[in-house]
Amino acid sequence: MKRVEIITRPYKLDEIKEALTGIGIQGMTVTEVKGFGRQRGHKEVYRGAEYQVDFVSKVKIEIVIDEDLLDQALDAIQQAAKTGKIGDGKIFISTIDNAIRIRTGESGASAL
Amino acid sequence: MNAADTAFVLVASALVLFMTPGLALFYGGLVRSKNVLSTVMHSFIMIGLVSVLWAVAGYSLAFGKSLGGLFGGLEYLFLSGVGMGVEGSPAPTIPHLAFMIFQCMFAVITPALISGAFAERMKFAGFLVFSALWLLLVYCPMAYWVWGGGWMQQMGALDFAGGAVVHMSSGSAALVVAIMLGRRKGYGHTPFIPHNLPMTVLGAGILWFGWFGFNAGSALAANEVAANAFVTTHMATAAASLVWIFVEWLHGGKPTTLGAASGAVAGLVAITPAAGFVGIMPSVVIGLGAGIFCYFGVSLKSRFGYDDSLDVVGIHGVGGIWGALATGLFASTAINPAGFDGLFNGNPGQLWIQFVSVVATCAFSFIVSYVLLKIISVIVPLRVNDEEEEAGLDVAVHSESAYQA
Repeated sequence: MKRVEIITRPYKLDEIKEALTGIGIQGMTVTEVKGFGRQRGHKEVYRGAEYQVDFVSKVKIEIVIDEDLLDQALDAIQQAAKTGKIGDGKIFISTIDNAIRIRTGESGASAL
Repeated sequence: MNAADTAFVLVASALVLFMTPGLALFYGGLVRSKNVLSTVMHSFIMIGLVSVLWAVAGYSLAFGKSLGGLFGGLEYLFLSGVGMGVEGSPAPTIPHLAFMIFQCMFAVITPALISGAFAERMKFAGFLVFSALWLLLVYCPMAYWVWGGGWMQQMGALDFAGGAVVHMSSGSAALVVAIMLGRRKGYGHTPFIPHNLPMTVLGAGILWFGWFGFNAGSALAANEVAANAFVTTHMATAAASLVWIFVEWLHGGKPTTLGAASGAVAGLVAITPAAGFVGIMPSVVIGLGAGIFCYFGVSLKSRFGYDDSLDVVGIHGVGGIWGALATGLFASTAINPAGFDGLFNGNPGQLWIQFVSVVATCAFSFIVSYVLLKIISVIVPLRVNDEEEEAGLDVAVHSESAYQA
């Protein structure tokens, strides 16, 4: 099992969700986050005073999937999230030891 | 007693009261979310504190018959002799009580205006003591001098609704308190970004609405001068709001909502002393000047390095001074026979009188505020400690937070 963590532009959330559900992924967790990478922040001006705002609003999507689906999922995510400009975000992939569905007690891939 | 005048002044009093919660929203939106309740409280609690002080002593010190020429008298202490009839009322057609409560609302908002300068760092007890003493020792003498028959009124200074009494006095006090408290922690490297600009814009709208009571109500009668003051107030404010966003646009930035709201308040401040003395086109010019001068006024703080958190000096100080001088330029006895002509109506001496009132008001408020803060700081600390400031005043001072995550 693999966990895929996507940090990207908030307005891309719906497209990524559609792409992932389109290949049969049944759940995800979404968090509104702030951070910076190469895009850095942006400038804001209040009554003529300029401030550099370092942390940019991003959305973080987490999914846990069976290994067989991984390549397909990564393709779908990149296709949906890519604009080609700085600020598209990152995907982090890690291995998950186990998963348990609390309601039934199932574990492993059948709990996903 | 005139029923129309009485009804008008009572309604105007309620409008002026509404300005203080409007100010609370205007200021509250401009601070960081950890200090919004503390900032709202600085305005709102003035309704409580100042109203009681006004009934006990403030009204008498401002509108009594004279105590050494500096204060009003002591005859109205505890409002004794301030009755339902017109007897003793400075506005001859309305009950003395109606005049008293109208003036009470002015007294309430004035110390609240100062609070923008020390937002996000002042200790609550020190704030209450300062506000109470400032009301009695700066506001009341100023009101007496300008409206109660004191020396500025005798000199012929024109201040229709409180450019000197309310705005210049609070603007000068704001400068003193910003300097004496020092800058906020993180000044220069932490961005102090307004946490809720829609709140600020709503606050500015409420101020605009309430200000019709402030300025038109200052005619103290439902008459022609009130109608003139209502229209000049509106036009100056509209012009100032518009010109502020164009100035910031031309000055290399973008037109901002905060600019539109700030410009509106600058226009309201500047037209206040002039509202019942100038015509409509001069009021537009006063508004245009307010938008330009106050836009550059708020940049004074970064040039001189004092941390006037919410620009009380730049807006109320600079706007008040411009309004007072502009009254000396544009005042016309054709608008209000009880006033005087200004420079453009053939009376250059009026501009000099207005100038003297500006210097005297700023100097008086500056010096007395300084002495008061020096004395108070020996008794109670004025500023919260570093830990409280870091945590935010809402939790540290009031044990509340405005927004639950």
